[in-house]
Amino acid sequence: MKKALKNPGVQAFVASIICIILGLLIGYIVLLFINPEGAAESIVNVIKNFLTWSRPNKKLQQFGNTLAKTMPLLMCSLSILFAYKVGLFNIGAAGQYVAGSCACLYAALAWGWGWLPCMIFALVAGAVLGAIVGFLKSRCNVNEVISGIMLNWISLYTANTLLTKVKEVASPYTMYIKDVNPSALLPNAGLDKLFNKNQYITIAVPLAMIIAIAVSILLSKTKLGYELKATGSNKNAAKYAGMAENRNIILTLVISGALAGLGAAMLYLTGYMRWECTQSSVPGMGFNGIAAAFLGGLNPIGAIFSSFFIQHITDGGQYVNTNFYSSQISDLISSVIIYLCGFVLFIKITMNNLLAKSEEKKSRALKVSEGGDK
Amino acid sequence: MEQYAVEMLHITKRFPGIIANDDITLQLKKGEIHALLGENGAGKSTLMSVLFGLYQPEEGVIKKDGVEVKINNPNDANALGIGMVHQHFKLVECFTVLDNIIMGVEPNKMGFLQKKEAREKVMALSEKYGLHVDPDAKIEDITVGMQQRTEILKMLYRDNEILIFDEPTAVLTPQEISELMQIMKNLAAEGKSILFISHKLNEIMEVADRCSVLRKGKYIGTVETKNTTIEQLSAMMVGRNVNFHVEKKPANPGEVILQIDNMTVASKVHKNNAVKNVSLKVRAGEIVCIAGIDGNGQSEFVYGLSGLEPLVSGKITLCGKDITKSSIRQKSVLGMSHIPEDRHKHGLVLDYSLEDNLILQTYFDPEFTTPAGFLRRKNIREYADKLIEQYDVRSGQGAVTTARSMSGGNQQKAIIAREIDKAPELLIAVQPTRGLDVGAIEYIHQQLVAQRDAGKAVLLISLELDEVMDVPDRILVMYEGEIVGELDPKKTTQEELGLYMAGAKRDEVKA
Repeated sequence: MKKALKNPGVQAFVASIICIILGLLIGYIVLLFINPEGAAESIVNVIKNFLTWSRPNKKLQQFGNTLAKTMPLLMCSLSILFAYKVGLFNIGAAGQYVAGSCACLYAALAWGWGWLPCMIFALVAGAVLGAIVGFLKSRCNVNEVISGIMLNWISLYTANTLLTKVKEVASPYTMYIKDVNPSALLPNAGLDKLFNKNQYITIAVPLAMIIAIAVSILLSKTKLGYELKATGSNKNAAKYAGMAENRNIILTLVISGALAGLGAAMLYLTGYMRWECTQSSVPGMGFNGIAAAFLGGLNPIGAIFSSFFIQHITDGGQYVNTNFYSSQISDLISSVIIYLCGFVLFIKITMNNLLAKSEEKKSRALKVSEGGDK
Repeated sequence: MEQYAVEMLHITKRFPGIIANDDITLQLKKGEIHALLGENGAGKSTLMSVLFGLYQPEEGVIKKDGVEVKINNPNDANALGIGMVHQHFKLVECFTVLDNIIMGVEPNKMGFLQKKEAREKVMALSEKYGLHVDPDAKIEDITVGMQQRTEILKMLYRDNEILIFDEPTAVLTPQEISELMQIMKNLAAEGKSILFISHKLNEIMEVADRCSVLRKGKYIGTVETKNTTIEQLSAMMVGRNVNFHVEKKPANPGEVILQIDNMTVASKVHKNNAVKNVSLKVRAGEIVCIAGIDGNGQSEFVYGLSGLEPLVSGKITLCGKDITKSSIRQKSVLGMSHIPEDRHKHGLVLDYSLEDNLILQTYFDPEFTTPAGFLRRKNIREYADKLIEQYDVRSGQGAVTTARSMSGGNQQKAIIAREIDKAPELLIAVQPTRGLDVGAIEYIHQQLVAQRDAGKAVLLISLELDEVMDVPDRILVMYEGEIVGELDPKKTTQEELGLYMAGAKRDEVKA
């Protein structure tokens, strides 16, 4: 048992589970404070999410909805995770995601492009934004967090302005892709049939997972991954070893931005959501990506599961009893859990310390008993 | 019964996974100079931190004048009259000597400073112990030796009875060291008790009355210095007999491998250039050592040479090729190997495994990377295992051990293995033995000599006098960014070397 706990993979998993349990517990306590009557039921509903439906078909369809929304989150968390492995905190993923949203929607609605060029355009938009952050970081030593946050707002209002041209007259939302330009919708490739004809299940689902695996391989098995991680872990040593550390920083943020931008296309090109041109806050997807990355133990494969979980409880928030709680309560609970996710590393370290201590005690006890035998 | 100023009895301090101090007893007599000897990682610092209240021991007691005391923080230590001169001085650069001495215990009347009073006390102390300082000079303008005297005055001003010196000679010239030794003897004669932490055996033999030895967190013993020898002390410290002298044949210099002409490198801390117009040559089959006191431009010289920092002007030629404008990678491929000064900052990626660190300079080689950009893990493992075996790099789990978890000596061995196995024409070794124990030093010196004998050019940058005298075939002394003398280690003395290092003597040196 203890031996298994020493394995870093197992540790990451256990730490994540502890975080989730703690988060749910605190969420429950918050609910108890607001109104004890519906607390238990609501927290159970949050955990159950689509399972609250009794009809299997409905269950399956709702599961599909959660899955469809998991993919952009996964891409954002891969974006954060990738940059983090190279020692950069790409909080600009949120803005790169916005840039991707703007690019794919505008290309789809204003120019009538097909889904593939739209998707590539979103990827490029995110990459360009990442490149700006990377350039500022490597040339002028501007902290990537500061320039990332600035660019988040710049991209939000640029997106609002541009997408106003393709919005519905009567509402602040962009037009439906399926009405204006169905060719821009991502193909279902028959996957929708697996989820009770949920049209939002598209090739984005397998694609995002393949990308997660690709990121994992890139980081662990390639020369580029070796260089990037070395740069992230010790910039001075990377320079000493003759690596182009400035190029590596820019390249990292370009890839990171591309991942976030592509993530946006994976949501908006399914038609599941439309852009609200009057929104005054940066969509939370990029920020939730941070939580998903950490909850997944900074492992691309782990991110698949953590992204799903976070999306699962976020969606589950819809099922709290609104008789007792205002509808925002769901956001509160999921954010408490997301917040706790940040503690994964802390829990891992605590676990290691405890293990080391108990081992020492054992070895001392052993010594004492040996001494007694003499 | 003998009167002890401070006793630390059966101190045990544990950290997760390691016992830093295991049942250590240290007894400091009144008015004695007591040396604490041990290699890096032997537990000296931890023990002193316990005495200073920075750590609480799990077991053991501390007694002051025979009475058990509890030291919870440095303020408690101060109140008991325990003071410390840290290895890196804790002085405010832009304040005067006097300001630094009274800082924290400023004499005042209703919040107004009474500097006159303070000045009188400082002058009296300075007179009494022969600690000559100018109270109105700013710290940034005075020499390191004077800064150290300021630190000592700081302790005396606070009426400390027990003075701890943490490796005080590391930053001093030979002349300053002998002054310090005299000061310490004066202090002891006046009844102060001194704990002198060091791993330099001849200093301990010279100044200390008794010496306690720690090894790997354990207490080995206490000896009277007049009844022991350097050999015996080092055997206690390392646990085996050590050969101090470097065995080597006469050098047989060949063609010029490295030629530097008029190299100038800017400083990062001040406006002047750190390296000024330096020219030198290193030939195949010789070890050239750049000696000097820390901070005289040696680091910047190496940064400029290796390409980590840009040159202001100058020309570098390696094996006949102009490499002034070459990138670090190009220099490395052309045959320059560099054992960096700071193995944690430059030498290793600490979070990488040992094997990944061993290929840090060669990972792009077709042997380790496929044309498609994938790492050849199998080859990397074989190569790492070969180096680990050949250079006897010891680690917990072999090739997959995280570099961070390895001991300093083995980290250094890994770097040396990597840099030497590249088969360089020029090997630059910057303080290659810094912070290592005697056994590892012996090994590294042998490796440098072996490289020389194999016909390579070796450029050694060192601060350790013993190393400067023992290892190289030629010594160049660097003072304030200039080469001020060329010496033959077989003919010169430590005193002469010291004069050059302190800038008191200089020749015109032609490369």
